[in-house]
Amino acid sequence: MTVIGWIQIILFCAIVIALVKPLGWYMTRVFDGERTFLSPVLRPLERGIYWVGGVDERREQHWLTYTVAMLLFHVGGFALIYGLMRLQAVLPFNPAGQTAAAEDLSFNTAISFITNTNWQNYGGESTLSYLVQMLGLTHQNFLSAATGIALAMALIRGFTRSSMRTVGNFWVDVTRCTLYVLLPICIVYALFLVWQGMPQTLGAYVDATTLEGGKQTIALGPVASQVAIKMLGTNGGGFFNANAAHPFENPTALSNLVQMISIFALGAAMTNVFGRMVGNERQGWAIFAVMGLLFVAGVTVTYWAEANGTSLLQAYGLTGGNMEGKEVRFGIVASSLFAVITTAASCGAVNAMHDSFTALGGMIPLINMQLGEVIIGGVGAGFYGMLLFVVLAIFVAGLMVGRTPEYVGKKIEAREVKMAMLAILVLPLMYLGWTAVGVVLPSAVASMANAGPHGFTEVLYAYTSGTGNNGSAFAGLTGNTLFYNLTLAMAMFVGRFFMIVPAMAIAGSLVEKKSIPASAGTFPTTGGLFVGLVIGVILIIGGLTFFPVLALGPIVEHLAMNANTLF
Amino acid sequence: MLREIRPAILVLVLLTAITGLAYPLAMTAIAGVIFPKQAQGSLIEKDGTVIGSALIGQEFKEDKYFHGRPSATVAPDPNDSSKTVPAPYNAANSGGSNLGPTSKALNDRVKEDVEKLRAENPSAGVPVDLVTTSASGLDPDITPDAALFQVPRVAKARSMSEDSVRELVTQNTQGRFAGVIGEPRVNVLALNLALDAAKAK
Repeated sequence: MTVIGWIQIILFCAIVIALVKPLGWYMTRVFDGERTFLSPVLRPLERGIYWVGGVDERREQHWLTYTVAMLLFHVGGFALIYGLMRLQAVLPFNPAGQTAAAEDLSFNTAISFITNTNWQNYGGESTLSYLVQMLGLTHQNFLSAATGIALAMALIRGFTRSSMRTVGNFWVDVTRCTLYVLLPICIVYALFLVWQGMPQTLGAYVDATTLEGGKQTIALGPVASQVAIKMLGTNGGGFFNANAAHPFENPTALSNLVQMISIFALGAAMTNVFGRMVGNERQGWAIFAVMGLLFVAGVTVTYWAEANGTSLLQAYGLTGGNMEGKEVRFGIVASSLFAVITTAASCGAVNAMHDSFTALGGMIPLINMQLGEVIIGGVGAGFYGMLLFVVLAIFVAGLMVGRTPEYVGKKIEAREVKMAMLAILVLPLMYLGWTAVGVVLPSAVASMANAGPHGFTEVLYAYTSGTGNNGSAFAGLTGNTLFYNLTLAMAMFVGRFFMIVPAMAIAGSLVEKKSIPASAGTFPTTGGLFVGLVIGVILIIGGLTFFPVLALGPIVEHLAMNANTLF
Repeated sequence: MLREIRPAILVLVLLTAITGLAYPLAMTAIAGVIFPKQAQGSLIEKDGTVIGSALIGQEFKEDKYFHGRPSATVAPDPNDSSKTVPAPYNAANSGGSNLGPTSKALNDRVKEDVEKLRAENPSAGVPVDLVTTSASGLDPDITPDAALFQVPRVAKARSMSEDSVRELVTQNTQGRFAGVIGEPRVNVLALNLALDAAKAK
């Protein structure tokens, strides 16, 4: 670890913190339906969409209708991606002549993108046409992100509204989020990325004759427009196979810094939106503090582990940390930082290969996902995930003092706690259950790239990443097989929608309750005690669920590495 | 609930058209005007033919050129399309080795590479980036240490003085952005082009 390394980490944190308030202010205005500086341009477009779609923007929806609208929207998104991948060979914008993607790969990718996971069983430059990248993947990057934010808004309205039945209008929330928040930022952001060296072309791959006379085919494409939303919407599905490690997908140290910031920006700002909407910004900062403390702890461990390197490299007198699977322009610190950010935020883009991280350095990304993707989390999704833990923490606090717990003016009762537990328990069922199957089924075992405990971790990481809708991978695992395409798709589906429906049920239950003013007996939810309690609940639930499985994977591998055991 | 079906189709179609077609196509048009070179992949041409991209590493094996990092990229096996064969710096199929810290295969590879490099330059410690594969397999850069390590070999192959080669390495070393962000690095292709240009003089 170096001083300049820590300066880079602190700089990153400072910029994210500085963005929380202004972005939170802007997003609050957008979702309250107020005028913004972009309204003169975007308002006519927005009204046009409602007019064609038959949406009455003043008619709000019951939580069930809101949820059904969201699900229907995803059925269409699924059909679109699946159809485009199957038909890409006969559709335009296919200069590399990609053939139709297989049924199971198309199925997996379609589920992967509608659930905001963006797991890459496809190879990007070697599998997909430009049309699929744009019309299939780029569009779903926008819409799955907008959906996450819309759902978080619905849950927030559950807390802020008193004795009502509706939680907002799904179509309005999704349209406004896409037009006013995501699209304008992406336009500026994509141009910045091109300036840094990212291609944005519909031209064919280029054949170069290298200095030594060899032939090199260089894959190109409309990269920048997709990468902008891939990062901002915490999607993470790469244009290229190597994702943000590819020099075209992340050309410079500066583009890397901006990409890292954009992963966290909207998710961090959601805490401020919440604070503003419940009428006390400190409520938002308290949640931000929970996220921030867990994040910094993770960065410290991974940076320390990667900078120390492996005993194997040290044995040959090599110094400078573990550079296997990392790029020189990012080095140890920016690779470690990126890995923790992308897994904390449910993004899943990678600028280094997590599979080649040290045992402990690679364990932190795994833990970030297993905690439920609540450290900033996916845009919107991380926030409603965190509120589920807050509900539990408040419940525990209520039990301690023997009083019905309340949070920002709403009583937390049996129904809310049950729904929160349901959402939280379904996640380990997926990643522990499928890992158990994956390590005994011979056809699944054949997919492992590494032997020993590391192979086990590859399987565990895949299902954890799928269930958490993250999408990063221990990429040595050959995921493009029938077994993994189908089971990972199921993990992604359950991980997304079995969390959303209970969260929306909580929104529906809360919105009907009366708001009660804080009294002397109310547990204050803006102080250090609350922050500590929520962190405690997250770590206890997480620790009890997955410590045994971590002991079988990264922990035993770390011990093996120190004993110079190879597999 | 049935009234949600119409927006489910039409709002999806409109938002898809905006975000999936209008946005990327508009970006392509604008970027092509403002940043034409970058938008096309920062290609480098020499005497009318494309010799590579400034951002994409390429394979160098000859002694007279600086070498990049080992690359783990593969290509489909021409004899059996279900298998792959090593194809270093394959810019149409990026990827890393994905070998973990306790991998015997990784251990054997590093050991072999370290021995080869020690034989080439016994006087300096082997820089770690010269024996580890990058994440993309297309890393265009090496560390300044890794470039300096290769100076004796390159100077000998070109019958140049080590000082003049070292001078070129220094000229082609890029520092951190704003002195803080990223890592110091040397673009291998740019350095090798500078070497060829120096010889031409």
